[in-house]
Amino acid sequence: MDAANYLYLSVLLFTIGAVGVVVRRNAIVVFMCVELMLNAANLAFVTFSRINGDLNGQVVAFFTMVVAACEVVVGLAIIVTIYRSRRSASVDDASLLKR
Amino acid sequence: MVDLAISVGQTQTPEALLFWVLAPLTVAAALAMLLVKKAVHSAILMASVMINLAIFYIAQDALFLGIVQIVVYTGAVMMLFLFILMLVGVDSSDSLTETIPGLRPIAITAAVGFGGLMLSLIGRATLGRNAIGLDAANSMGNVKGIAQLLFSTYVWPFEVVSALLITAALGAMVLAHHQSIQVRPTQRQLSTQRFRGESLANAAGLPAPGVFARHNAVDVPALLLDGTPSANPINATLQARGDMLTSGSFELGKVDTSKGEEK
Repeated sequence: MDAANYLYLSVLLFTIGAVGVVVRRNAIVVFMCVELMLNAANLAFVTFSRINGDLNGQVVAFFTMVVAACEVVVGLAIIVTIYRSRRSASVDDASLLKR
Repeated sequence: MVDLAISVGQTQTPEALLFWVLAPLTVAAALAMLLVKKAVHSAILMASVMINLAIFYIAQDALFLGIVQIVVYTGAVMMLFLFILMLVGVDSSDSLTETIPGLRPIAITAAVGFGGLMLSLIGRATLGRNAIGLDAANSMGNVKGIAQLLFSTYVWPFEVVSALLITAALGAMVLAHHQSIQVRPTQRQLSTQRFRGESLANAAGLPAPGVFARHNAVDVPALLLDGTPSANPINATLQARGDMLTSGSFELGKVDTSKGEEK
């Protein structure tokens, strides 16, 4: 079993997350796809940490988790604020500046 | 099949088995997350992907991160997601029609391109040596090893991240704080308004929803004495969602009395 297999998995998850961010309309699902991309990056960090026999990668993944938690908190607060004023969680509806 | 240069010297069969069982499941769950319509289902699939990733972390000697992944991600973050979903409306299902024409084919083409590029890159990358593995680095235990790095080399980032966490918490509180635009009328003012207003029609209060105890739900407007549905305010949320029954079917002439009264 090859450690690089984890890297392949990480790439696949990252790509799926990226497609989700572009394709999905619900802001919450878009956020979950961003989380998926962050998680995929974390998996790559952990795998490289193992390949290089060095715990630095795991520490970086730990920091990524903290930053992701912050991002979720603020992002969801923004979604709730937008929902409160516009009654919609769709990313297409928040296009007031376009008109 | 390309012979991969990055390899862990010997094959560890249990880990390979774990990987080949869980990896397809993970990818399938991630794909399904894109395809399902309801946001709640997406959240559950996301949680399963995160648990699988936690198992992968633990399998790769990252015990601390695996536990943190379960506690922070599947515990806290997904709970937050579900909580916000509840707040925003569970059945606000996503319309899967594309609003920007041609977006989906472009996105999928770009994704296939990017994914293919990355996969082939990783396939061709050479390290020039075997993977080392974490046995030496974890000799004191994974948690101790990480703690030693975190509180020596990474002390400054660690403190900055704590400041970031506090800022994020404050920001969320500011964003979620609801400032009422107008002053709420007191009971006294409401009472004055009711009796000194233009008509006394609502002096005794608005009619309660529900029709003659035949339909006791809050989603049916009451019938007035002359048989017309009252314009009383059903809860605004129910109205906005369209979860309202018309009270026409509960008018006296139309009620099916053959069933007998329910006690």
